[in-house]
Amino acid sequence: MPVAALPDLDALERELTAGIAGAADEPALEAIRVAALGKKGSVSELLKSLGGMSPEERKSAGPAINGLRDRLNEALGARRTELKSAALARRLETERVDVTLPVRETPTETGRLHPISQVIDELTAIFADMGFAVAEGPDIEDDFHNFTALNFPEGHPAREMHDTFYLPTREDGSRLVLRTHTSPVQVRTMMSKKPPIRVICPGRTYRSDSDQTHTPMFHQVEGLVIDKGATLGHLKWILEEFCKAFFEVDNVKMRFRPSFFPFTEPSMEVDIQCDRSRPGEIRFGEGTDWLEILGCGMVHPNVLRKCGLDPDEYQGFAWGMGIDRIAMLKYGMPDLRAFFEADVRWLSHYGFRPLDFPTLAGGLSS
Amino acid sequence: MKFTLSWLREHLSGDYTLDDVTGALNRIGLEVEGVEDKAAKLRGFSIAYVVSAVQHPNADKLRVCMVDTGAGEPVQVVCGAPNARTGMKSVFSPPGTYIPGKDMTLGIGTIRGVESRGMLCSAAELELSEDHDGILDLPEDAPVGATYVDWIGLDDPVIEIAVTPNRADALGVHGIARDLAAAGLGTLVEDAIAPVAGSFPCPVSVTIAADAPCPAFALRLVRGVKNGPSPDWLQAKLRAVGLRPINALVDVTNLLTLDQNRPLHVFDAAKVQGSLVVRRAIAGESLLALDGKTYALDETMCVIADDKGVESLAGVMGGEESGCDEGTVDVLVESALWEPINIAQTGRKLGLNSDARFRFERGIDPAFTLPGLEMATRLILDLCGGEASQVTLAGAIPDTTRVIDFPLDLTEKLTGLVANEEEQVAILRRLGFTVEGNVGTVRVTPPSWRGDIEGKADLVEEVIRIAGLDRVPSTPFPRDETARKSVLTTLQLRTRKGKRALAARGLVEAVTWSFVPKAQAEAFGGGQPALALANPIAADLSDMRPSLLPGLVRSAQANADRGQGDVALFEVGQVFKGDRPQDQFIAATGVRRATAKPTGAGRHWSGKAGVVDAFDAKADALALLAACGAPVANLQISTDAPAWFHPGRSGTFRLGPNVIGHFGELHPAALETLDAAGDGKSPLVGFEILLDRIPEPKAKPTRVKPLLELSAFQPVERDFAFVVARGVSAGDLVKAAAGVDRKLITGVNVFDLYEGPGVDADKKSVALSVTLQPREKTLTDAEIDAVAGRIVAEVTKKTGATLRG
Repeated sequence: MPVAALPDLDALERELTAGIAGAADEPALEAIRVAALGKKGSVSELLKSLGGMSPEERKSAGPAINGLRDRLNEALGARRTELKSAALARRLETERVDVTLPVRETPTETGRLHPISQVIDELTAIFADMGFAVAEGPDIEDDFHNFTALNFPEGHPAREMHDTFYLPTREDGSRLVLRTHTSPVQVRTMMSKKPPIRVICPGRTYRSDSDQTHTPMFHQVEGLVIDKGATLGHLKWILEEFCKAFFEVDNVKMRFRPSFFPFTEPSMEVDIQCDRSRPGEIRFGEGTDWLEILGCGMVHPNVLRKCGLDPDEYQGFAWGMGIDRIAMLKYGMPDLRAFFEADVRWLSHYGFRPLDFPTLAGGLSS
Repeated sequence: MKFTLSWLREHLSGDYTLDDVTGALNRIGLEVEGVEDKAAKLRGFSIAYVVSAVQHPNADKLRVCMVDTGAGEPVQVVCGAPNARTGMKSVFSPPGTYIPGKDMTLGIGTIRGVESRGMLCSAAELELSEDHDGILDLPEDAPVGATYVDWIGLDDPVIEIAVTPNRADALGVHGIARDLAAAGLGTLVEDAIAPVAGSFPCPVSVTIAADAPCPAFALRLVRGVKNGPSPDWLQAKLRAVGLRPINALVDVTNLLTLDQNRPLHVFDAAKVQGSLVVRRAIAGESLLALDGKTYALDETMCVIADDKGVESLAGVMGGEESGCDEGTVDVLVESALWEPINIAQTGRKLGLNSDARFRFERGIDPAFTLPGLEMATRLILDLCGGEASQVTLAGAIPDTTRVIDFPLDLTEKLTGLVANEEEQVAILRRLGFTVEGNVGTVRVTPPSWRGDIEGKADLVEEVIRIAGLDRVPSTPFPRDETARKSVLTTLQLRTRKGKRALAARGLVEAVTWSFVPKAQAEAFGGGQPALALANPIAADLSDMRPSLLPGLVRSAQANADRGQGDVALFEVGQVFKGDRPQDQFIAATGVRRATAKPTGAGRHWSGKAGVVDAFDAKADALALLAACGAPVANLQISTDAPAWFHPGRSGTFRLGPNVIGHFGELHPAALETLDAAGDGKSPLVGFEILLDRIPEPKAKPTRVKPLLELSAFQPVERDFAFVVARGVSAGDLVKAAAGVDRKLITGVNVFDLYEGPGVDADKKSVALSVTLQPREKTLTDAEIDAVAGRIVAEVTKKTGATLRG
């Protein structure tokens, strides 16, 4: 076979390289590859021709042709990547959306918890940390649990402090009541549990009273401690700790005034210091005003006896306050009646998001 | 209870201010409700002399007065009062003065062309009486320029206190003074009560019937009195605390009531026939009382009657017929004791409130029955003259003496307050208690006016309220050493998790009334008589709710009426199936209205929200159940929801035999009952779950979760399209397929549902996707085909379905 003179490799390379650079898309690039490196491609033919060469010729032509092939492959690869990303960019360019369009509302953002639920969770967090359990009981109560066991004698004017809702008189002459306070839960707790007892009793309560500041249904939380050495001093401390935690202030000044409840002796009402000088806002832990927030006292010996506890062995204290009221004080709702009107505008504004679970670590309301 | 500062000073000597008094009252438990200082807003009014009063040039009814105010040149004032005249003394207010009776601040005015620099005032303008017929016409000796209120002695603040039901002794000014003195404010002025010796026997005899709730009844006649308006000091005293003076005899009884907590009654002896008897009323009797109303009496009530009939309602109110008026010459004065509970019941039954009832039902000092009568007699003789008879006493003054053993260390044991024995004994003695002994356990006799003191805890209260509650030390009360496990019950945990799970699905929590109208209770499975309130506050708040749905549906409708139609609400609260504790359940219930879908409501560029359907309610219920830890996989769903649901678009959840709750579209008739049917285009769906019915979780021996088993082999999915009668539940197909191999089959999903052309009219096509999860080796085609064959066979057998060709 006659030795054919090698074509001008440089010229071939220039031509192919220019073609690669100029390939407009991947099919064009592929055509160039096939023309050069395909089975019958120009460079493939050259590679094949190496077999017919003398060793000397091959020694010089081999590296030259192989080098050309490698450089072409590299250039093809680079160009292919370029074309691919350009094509992708062109496609993505056509896939635009208007990201300013509004999304559907998020259920976790629109759902709300009622302030009463939130405040009950706050109370639970505070008192659970002090070792209190939560006790509950029925809304429809009997006279014994709501009054008699709590040292309200039949016919005593103290019963008139509560405007009681009654259910119909039964065959035996008795009549059930809607509980006027959550104290019957304390009675049920004392009758079923052995001291030491530490519970809070949140729940619905009822009195037949209706005006700007009273609704026939409202919510109370009471606390009860029965122990052998629980004193009024301990009660004072617990209430101070509670007020600090609940109102999220470093210090809160409290004023204890003697008062009367049939089920405690001694009995007291508690005012807390606040500043009411700004309209529509109450600040706690400062100011010169006093606001009554709760009633409390040492559990009356008669109540202990009625619940089967010996007052010479056990003693304890109890307190009670309005959940709706402390919610209003803390979060600034102006009108109690709106709590029960289920107006979604009010609930959305004053309610709480489902993931705002109150924790002591998070400062309850943050 | 109202009294004036000067009234208090009659009983409490010493150097103290109004602030001292109010501060001390609050500290000792006599809570100050308010202090009214009438004088404070009348400081700007002074006494003036009308130098001249001449006819206004341009107005018939006006006069132009030159007024000497005591401060320089006379001032010109235009006055419309008919009694304005030269030479009179009246009350003047300069420009800038606030006029309480007119609720305005005075300016310099020009009236019909004449300048007026102030005003001459009527009593009404000062809010001192309702007299606005003319300007105040003062006596000649009134000092010009002096502040009017000082001159008339109005400078006497009225203090109002809230007296708790146990402190009957504080319903008289004397008792209040005693408490204040015990607390270290001033010295109690003891009343010297000089008995009036009767000069003749009381001509009217009294008997107490055996069943009358009256331990003692004292009576005496004062004859030859001259009744009439009481003196100014007495009228002023009564008026200051809001009482209307009547006549001297009646005013004396009111004074004793307020001053000494000793209610009395006076009869005009001329109007009493025969003797008096204290007895139970006879059914059918009635009394025209002093308030002008007639009360029908019954045999539970106690009355004082003469030969004619009932003359007075014991301890509550006297009768009009035997009342004293200006013509009374002989007066019978009654001082009696009544059983508090009977008085309370009578007053409550008749809806009759009086100062006497208020005191008798709280219990007054029995030992003061006769001294009170003596005080009243003395006052009557002083004010009205006359001659007193001897006192006749029916019954006997009860001896309430009791001794309480009081260990003085109990005070510290109960309260933490440290008060030494000497101080404690001194406090009790100042309050009128008799104390035997000084140390250890002392023997204490409460005074007769403290019927509320029953035991040693009461004595602790007396000591600490006088010693000062601020001395009770705040004492840390650390939690005990028990493990920090949950303090919440399963139900409580479920309640709080359930609420947040529902809120996280976009529902808004409502709190609605526990009572609903009867018709609504009946429409939702309730309305039984035992759950209807005997005394509802309003007709539409009459029955305890059997379900939360009525309240929520009504609330949803109310929101729709306010323009918020796409509303999703929930509530967690008690429902009442009966009146026993075990018939009261905690229900979690939600409703969605119109397009309030969990995925968003109303129109949106991405596509309009459809209307809510039963599956939205079902999804809410399942999310709630899952959050509560209910075994959701074991739930059975049947189509037997109660009547208030749409019969074809509702379901019931059961776990075992227990109904857990319901879901679905509300029945149009139920919505009609709730006045929430709307235009028919806004469906309402809801669910109700009884949280108490979810079984307690099995106690876990450990908190460690079971080991996770991850299969190394790919799961395989096979699809099946079945044709089945329309009445067959898709759930039955799923159940049949899943039951073929519970180990291998890990999921069955319904991915298509079709009714229409290509499927017989009474049939539907249900497409299932079944997931097989091999655990030991990859399944061969033959094995997969074998399972598939068994699935088809089982579904066909259980439901009559055939594989779609």
